[in-house]
Amino acid sequence: MNDHVESPEQEEISGEPSSVQNGNFHQFISFKVGNEEFAIDIMAVREIKGWTETAPLPNQPDYNLGVLNLRGTIVPTFDLGCRFGMGSTKTTPYHVVIIATVQERTIGLLVDAVSDILTVSDDQIRPVPDMERMTAAEFLSGIITVEESMVVLLSLEKLFNRGDVTSATQIAA
Amino acid sequence: MARKVLTVDDSKTMRDMVRFTLSGAGFDVVEAEDGVQALSVLGSTKVDLIITDINMPNMDGVTLVKEVRGGSSHRGVPILVLTTEGGDAKKADGKAAGATGWIVKPFTPDKLVQVVNKVCP
Amino acid sequence: MTGSSFNADDLAQFKQTFFDECAELLADLEERLSSLQEEAADSEALNAIFRAVHSIKAGAGAFGFSQLVQFAHRYEALLDRMRDGLVEQNERVADVLVRAGDILASFVEAAQSEQELGEDFGSEVGDEIDLLLAEIDGLESVLTSEEEQSDENSDSEGVQEDQNKSSCTYLIEFVPKAELLRHANEPLLLIRELQTLGDLQTECSLERLPTLGAMEPEDAYLSWMLTLKTDKSEEDIREVFEFVEDDCELKVSAIAAKDSGDGSLSFQIIEEVTEESEEDQATGTLKSEKPGAQSKAAETSVPETNPSDAPKKANVAAPKAKTASTPAQSSGVSSIRVDLDRVDRLVNVVGELVIAQSMQAQEAEDRQNGHEFLMNQANEDMSRIVRELQECVMAIRMQPVKSVFSRMPRLVREVSSKLNKQVRLLTEGEQTEVDKTVIEELADPLTHMIRNAIDHGIESPEEREAAGKKGTGAIKLLARHAGGNIIIQVIDNGSGINKEALLKKAISKGIVSEDAKLTDEEIEELIFAPGFSTAQAVTDVSGRGVGMDVVRRNINKLGGRISVQSVEGKGTCFTLTIPLSLAVLDGMLVAIGAEKYILPLASIVESFRPLEEQLRALAGGGEVVSMRGEYIRLIRAHHLFNVPGAVTDPCQGLVVVTETANGGKVGLLVDELIGQQQVVIKSIQENFDPVPGVSGATILGNGRVALILDIEQLKSMPVSADNWKSSSSEPLEQQEASPANGEEQRTIAPEAMTDTEGMQVPATV
Repeated sequence: MNDHVESPEQEEISGEPSSVQNGNFHQFISFKVGNEEFAIDIMAVREIKGWTETAPLPNQPDYNLGVLNLRGTIVPTFDLGCRFGMGSTKTTPYHVVIIATVQERTIGLLVDAVSDILTVSDDQIRPVPDMERMTAAEFLSGIITVEESMVVLLSLEKLFNRGDVTSATQIAA
Repeated sequence: MARKVLTVDDSKTMRDMVRFTLSGAGFDVVEAEDGVQALSVLGSTKVDLIITDINMPNMDGVTLVKEVRGGSSHRGVPILVLTTEGGDAKKADGKAAGATGWIVKPFTPDKLVQVVNKVCP
Repeated sequence: MTGSSFNADDLAQFKQTFFDECAELLADLEERLSSLQEEAADSEALNAIFRAVHSIKAGAGAFGFSQLVQFAHRYEALLDRMRDGLVEQNERVADVLVRAGDILASFVEAAQSEQELGEDFGSEVGDEIDLLLAEIDGLESVLTSEEEQSDENSDSEGVQEDQNKSSCTYLIEFVPKAELLRHANEPLLLIRELQTLGDLQTECSLERLPTLGAMEPEDAYLSWMLTLKTDKSEEDIREVFEFVEDDCELKVSAIAAKDSGDGSLSFQIIEEVTEESEEDQATGTLKSEKPGAQSKAAETSVPETNPSDAPKKANVAAPKAKTASTPAQSSGVSSIRVDLDRVDRLVNVVGELVIAQSMQAQEAEDRQNGHEFLMNQANEDMSRIVRELQECVMAIRMQPVKSVFSRMPRLVREVSSKLNKQVRLLTEGEQTEVDKTVIEELADPLTHMIRNAIDHGIESPEEREAAGKKGTGAIKLLARHAGGNIIIQVIDNGSGINKEALLKKAISKGIVSEDAKLTDEEIEELIFAPGFSTAQAVTDVSGRGVGMDVVRRNINKLGGRISVQSVEGKGTCFTLTIPLSLAVLDGMLVAIGAEKYILPLASIVESFRPLEEQLRALAGGGEVVSMRGEYIRLIRAHHLFNVPGAVTDPCQGLVVVTETANGGKVGLLVDELIGQQQVVIKSIQENFDPVPGVSGATILGNGRVALILDIEQLKSMPVSADNWKSSSSEPLEQQEASPANGEEQRTIAPEAMTDTEGMQVPATV
């Protein structure tokens, strides 16, 4: 899966995008959490690995799964489903952790499965409509449609800005 | 085969500069921090030239020169002593002990190469 | 010859080396100089001081730091006279030497930060050195040194050379003394060098050659008569023979002033030339003398002697040198010097590791063949070697605390003179080794503590004498190893901590409530409270906006503790206990529920399974466990950390008694002890915010992460705000009887406030 991430061009671009000219292309990794499809900027992704047990950190919000060992680096890991209010994920070895870099920190994101690598141009990204039902809307940066289904783009910066993490810590403490 | 130089100085800066300059001029450079170390290097390595500081702990340069000249393995090897400006007394001491010549610190790279070539073909 | 033609990158690299070296030399100098104040230096000490100054001067010269060179030169001159026993060592001389050391350090600093110091910086000390020098050898020395200077000027500028540009023929008589060869001077090389100056005719004389039987193989017997037609000056010619001046008889005389020359003389010489030049001899002219193969070789291997050609040559030399060495590293790189033995050991162990590894690989392949025994053997070897390897690598990073200690004498001098106090600094155990990263982190806290000690601890000479003490105060800096820790103490014999004043101040600052009853130790602890300063007025010495709270925080960051003991009127002692390394920790692996945690082994006193009667719940939710009459606060980690499935009945689990920074004890309830192991400390904060109660993490053998518990923080983590309040508002019945109680039930918790920012800990109750 790693290779897949590192050389996305060959597989994706060769297919369709030549038809669109001069558009600003972005690449995203899409993944499943529950029944929903999300995507994050591929540039933030360092690698993808299978789920391994984490060591829980004390007094953290539910969605903080604790830390895992990534070849000697301690990486805090978050349950995205839980973060979006879908309840804690029951992890299995088939679950996947996306290792991403956000504001110079390395974090892990627990997702159900990685789906695809999407290459889309700017104009394919739709703004997020005002949705009161989702308090998580502030973490969303756009919506794209892939083969008739909706993929929600996440802003990791907004999701994991340090203020948020800090305040979460403080509340818990 | 590249000529091999032993540079003896307790100052790493000086050793570095000598090494840098002479290795750039095609020499193999080995280092020692004082006279005692130098003698031990000479015990196991054949060098074509020795450049030594005078003021060093353990064994100073003048003693080193005497030791080398009195020994058997390197008695015929040219030895240059490093002196500072106006260090005429040191030059004389070194010379009397059997040094081949001297280099006045601070030196420019080509002055060093020039002096070295002067005594070590 | 101050001009240097190393290129900028290389020069920067050398500069870095130079400044690294200066730092070491200055530290050594500092140390030796400070002992000079105690007792006269012996010749070894003087030599070492001289060498340090000399090396700095030599290096500085290479980089053209002229101010530094000039000052070092005078300093060196004085030291040289001292080595020769020409200077009586007295207080005045010692004082000048010490101050000169400080000035020298300032010059080095200025050079490093590329600042220009004022023209007259250090002139006061410089003048005193000159005065001393003048006293020693009268005005003569000044005069001779000036003469030397002017001599050299005339040398390098080559006045004669300018006057005599046109070609001239010289007759050179070169008669080596017997010992010339024994000094490894080679006449052939000299002759080749002469060849580069112009047209040369050589004639070798065998006159002095003895019979074979009488010949000493290492003596020089040949002599030469050389004729050189050149536009160079006589000085240039003599320079060729510079090194052999004393080993030969040399006569240089101009025989023909102009190109045409004196025909008869020239011819006369031609008749006497050696075989090699016979061809030329046949042509009969000096002019046609073109060097043959031999001189071609000389041309390529012997560069020009003329100093004026230097810049041109350098351009050629520099790029060549560049390719021969790796590119210069950026100048910010810090380096440590390591004992060769240690590196050798490391290399050997790595070698073993490689072998064991290949053994293992081999065995894995052969596994089908049933070689389990060998496999086990290889595994055992491997683990032993890896352990040793780790020790070796750690050892490389170990350095004596001397490098920090040696900065302190200067600090003491500066601060004490600014405050008009007399302070002697004593150091002990400066060879005690600790990880380099720890050393770097020690400088600030120690500086601050010593500054404090002089500012607040040591009294003025008048006050001291009035108190019946010696006018000169003393500060002792002490280091030693204890277990996996280094212990550093800063002890002064000053006024001690005025507990009354301290308490008053704490109350006025609202850190303690007015009716709080504090033990002496607790009051002393107050100086670590944030923003605490007992000085009546903020001085420019210690009033730099940092207090002991910052010192404590820095020490805590190193995984260490700091405590203070003080006797009013007698003095104060600060004790720092710091792990030897920041990279590894001797830990105890404990289980709490399904989770595993590491407790720093150094803080563990003992562990036991309490009986029910040893436990006591306090009104309001606090708990204590008694151990041999001592009441120890019980901390339920599973509760603080919300770990499910943990043992909740202390009688079923284990209480691990740990010592806290200020010597108190707390008991931590865990399920079981799993075992002792050395762990590599990993930072959580690299990728996450600080987690209260956790100082770091490590990776266990199975690849999983285990958190390292921070007792200090656990201690101050409230189970809930309610518990905290009620437990401390109702004093414990045994409080008077048990000193440990006071510690555990403290109403003020300075560390709580410093350690866990953002947490709401009631300051007073």
